[in-house]
This record gives sequence, C-alpha cells and structure tokens, in this order.
Amino acid sequence: MKYLVAVIQPDRLNAVLDALQKAEIHLVTVSQVMGRGRQKGLSQVYRSHKEAGSLLRKVKLEIAVNDDFVEAAVDAIRREAHSGEIGDGKIFVMALEECYRIRTGETGSVAIG
Amino acid sequence: MRSNPQVKEVTAVRGADGRWIGVLLLLTLCLLGIGARPLAAQETAPAIDSGDTAWVLAASALVLLMTPGLAFFYGGLVRRKNVLSILAQCFLCMALMTILWVLFGFSLAFGSDAFGGLVGGGDYFFLSGVGFEPWDGTTIPAQLFMVFQGMFAIITPALMIGAFAERMKFSAICWFTGLWLLVVYAPVCHWVWGGAEGFFGLGDDGALDFAGGTVVHINAGVSALVAAILLGRRQGYPQGISPPHNLPFAVLGTGLLWFGWFGFNAGSALGANESAANAFVVTHVATAAAAATWGALDWFRERKPTLLGLITGAVAGLVAITPACGSVNAMGALGVGAGASIAGYFAVTWAKVKLGYDDSLDVFGVHGVAGIWGAVGAGLWATSGVPGNDTDGLFYGNAAQVLIQLKAVLYTVVWAGVVSFVLLKLIDLVIGLRVSPDSERIGLDVTEHRETAYTLVD
Repeated sequence: MKYLVAVIQPDRLNAVLDALQKAEIHLVTVSQVMGRGRQKGLSQVYRSHKEAGSLLRKVKLEIAVNDDFVEAAVDAIRREAHSGEIGDGKIFVMALEECYRIRTGETGSVAIG
Repeated sequence: MRSNPQVKEVTAVRGADGRWIGVLLLLTLCLLGIGARPLAAQETAPAIDSGDTAWVLAASALVLLMTPGLAFFYGGLVRRKNVLSILAQCFLCMALMTILWVLFGFSLAFGSDAFGGLVGGGDYFFLSGVGFEPWDGTTIPAQLFMVFQGMFAIITPALMIGAFAERMKFSAICWFTGLWLLVVYAPVCHWVWGGAEGFFGLGDDGALDFAGGTVVHINAGVSALVAAILLGRRQGYPQGISPPHNLPFAVLGTGLLWFGWFGFNAGSALGANESAANAFVVTHVATAAAAATWGALDWFRERKPTLLGLITGAVAGLVAITPACGSVNAMGALGVGAGASIAGYFAVTWAKVKLGYDDSLDVFGVHGVAGIWGAVGAGLWATSGVPGNDTDGLFYGNAAQVLIQLKAVLYTVVWAGVVSFVLLKLIDLVIGLRVSPDSERIGLDVTEHRETAYTLVD
C-alpha cells in the first residue's frame, strides 16, 4: 500500500480527478493549501505597503492506493497536471503501514478500495 | 395676495365723499389689523412641510446605514482574528451613542449657549421641549431633526475605531467613545451648527461646513491619530501585519458608505429642495473624482491600480465634499475630490511611514487630512451660484473665506487633539487602554467577545 500526496495547480484539479476516476481510483481527499516553490510568490501592495513573496494558492490531493494502482495514479496526475511551466507541482509517494475502514472494521488492502 | 383686497377697496371709493374715504380706510386698517396677528404668527412658525419631512426621514435612515457600512469597510481590512471586534465596536456605537444622544448629547450640541458658547446648555436634557413642532429655521419636526443629528453622533465616534483597531480593550472603547461624544463631539457640533456666539461661534463667523467636515471628519480624524499614538503600534508593525483578510467586505462597506452619504450630505439641507439636489450631485461627482485619482496614483506609482486604492479614494472624496457640498458646484466638486485623494495619498503612503505611527486603517490620513482639505476646498470653490448659499470662496473673489475656514479647522484640531489626549490618559490610568500582548496575539474576537467569525468546518 502506498500513500500519495500531490500538490498541483488549482485549475488542473478537475482534469486530474477525471483521469483518476478513469483509472478506477476513487478514494481521494482534496484540500486548498497555500504554498511556495521555485517560482516564488507574487508580491502584493496594500495602500502602497508592499507584501513581498507571499504564498500562492495550490491544491493538495491525498490518495491511498494498493501497489497495483500506484503507477496508474502517478501517470494520471502527471499527465493532467502538466503544463510545462514552473509551478506545476509535485507528487510524493510514501509507504502506507495500515488502513482501517471505519464502517466495517476491515483492514489492509481490502479497506482501501 | 394679502394686499389685493385693500387696493380694491381704495380704488372703489375713489371719487366718493371724502368722509367715506376716511371711514373706509379706517375700517380697512382695522380689518387688516385683526387679520395681521394670525398672519404674523404663521410667519414666525412655518408649518411642517411633508416633502421636507419625508426626505429627512429617509435621509436619517440612510445615515444610520453608513455605520454598518463602515463596520464592513473596516472589518474587511483587519485580520480575520479581529473582524468581529470591529463589527462589535461599530454596533456598540449605534446603541450607546443613541442613548447618550437622547439623554444629554443633543442638548449639549443644540441647547442655548453655556459657558460662553463652549457647549450647549441643558435645555433639552432628556429631550424635554423637543416636540413635533418645526425645529427652528426648518420645516421638519424637532424630533426628526434630533434623530437625524443623532445618526451623525453615531458614525463620528465609530470612524475612530479604525485607528486603534486590533489592540484596544472593548471596555476602554465604551468609555472613550461615550465620553468623547459628550466632551468633544457635542461642543464642536455646538460651535458650528448649534448657534454658538462669540469666541466659539464658528458657524456665526460664516464658516462653511454643510454636513460635517469639522464636526465629523476632522474631529474624528485628529482624535483617532491621538489614540493611535497613545496606544502604540500593533505587535509586529509594520512588517508583521498580514494584509486585509477580506477586501470584498471592504468594497461592500464602501458601497454602503457612498449610498448612505447621500443622506448625510443631501439630508443636511434639511429639506427636499434645490440645495439638497446640489449636495447630492456634488457628493457623487467628488467621490467619483477622488476614486479615479487615487486609482491613478496607484497605477502610476505602484504599476497597478489597486482596488483598495479605488475604495480608499472614494471614502476620501466623500469626506472632503462633506463640508463643501452646500457651497460648491459640480465643477468645484471635481477639484475637491481630486485634491482629497492627492492629500490623502500623501498622508497615508508617505507621512505615516515617515512618522512611524500605526493608524491601523488610516483614519487620520483619510478622514483627518481629506477633511481638512475639504474644509479648505469649501473656502476655495464656494460660489453664491449654488442654491441656498450666499458665500463666495477664493476662486470667486473672496479670499477671506479661506481664513474663516482655517480658523474653524484650527479650533477643531486643537479641541479634538487636547481633549482626546486627556480623556485617553484618564481612561488608561483607571482601566487601561490596551489588551494584553497574549490577547492581541490570539485575536480580539475570541479574547474580548468569546466568538469567532469563521468556523473551521460548517
């Protein structure tokens, strides 16, 4: 089992979700986050008072998958979140130790699906 | 009309026997004499005019709406942890100032001279003698005049809230705004509008302040500056302060202010007449000119026209036209509005930074400075061509008016500055002005009100 965390551009979210759906990956948690990477933030001005290097809006996806689905998930995200510009985002893949389905008490791979 | 019957009688008897002429003349004079008394009585006490009354009723409601508008203007500009504290403070003014106004404030502002005209006397304490007959010099009921003026007494202290936002105790704000109404607002209101004579007779001098440049904006702006300096800067100012948490709120608030200001300025004509129409037009024109000017300054100096710049300019324009809206025409209003944004922009982006005080939401820069500009602007662009105004300003050949305006400004600045300083020092000694550093860090919504504006979920 793997746990995927992807940080992507907000405007790519719907395309990525569609692609994940097609790859039969249904379990996904999405949150709005603020972040900063190599492209830095745009500075802002309020009554001529400058706010330098502020954070940019991003979307974070968290996905738990069985090992068979890791490649499909990474492919779907890479394909749909890609624009070639700085700031497209990152995908992190981590080992997942355990998973419980709260409703039934099932554990492990069965619980993810 | 009244003289016609007399003329007819006299012509009818022409040529008749001389004795009859004398008798008829005597009879006529007697009849006129009998008729004269009720006629004269009617002249000294004009009747209530339904049109005037209807407009001032509506205008009073418009002015009240400015205070929630102001709350959203300020509330959007502070950090999310303090938005409720601003809304609460503004709403408090609607409650507390109303009570104080009907008990004492109205009388202190509009009663007959006490202490040589420093303040109004106690004639109208608890609204005694304020009835439904026309208020002096108007055709609206005295009670309506009282409540219209009461709306001004609500928003003026509320304006100051922006200067000490995010760090002043709610209890200290209650004491400060309440006492300020009675010892700062009411006297200045009395000098300008309350019929003060002698040393304090600013209105008597001929100072032009149609809707409250001195009484409302300079008064609040200067007192706010004193409060901001006495309280000290917010933790982390200037670098560690987050940007406005909700600019759309600030825009909504500005829209409500612009809308309500028509009641503030055109309502100050106290009638549905040409003077009100002029005030309405120039208020609108000056605000537009000021919004465009501030936006252009931003565009030129910061490379982008900011929304906050546009709305700040609009408020500066509304402030500046307030004293001038009874005496300038639409072309003068363009000058008053554009000048307000230039003066305000300079005060906010240069003077405040140089001097280092933390007037959190620029009450002094916008209300104080644009208010002073507007008071002077009235002295520049006033023209007797405006209905209901017989005073010319500098540009119409009367340079002396500028000095009269400056005198009114000086009186207001000195009184507001000195008395506010004493008030704040006293309150600081007794209960303290500032919240604890911990409470400031956590935010006033939770620490002062035990509420939060935004929940995490749902």
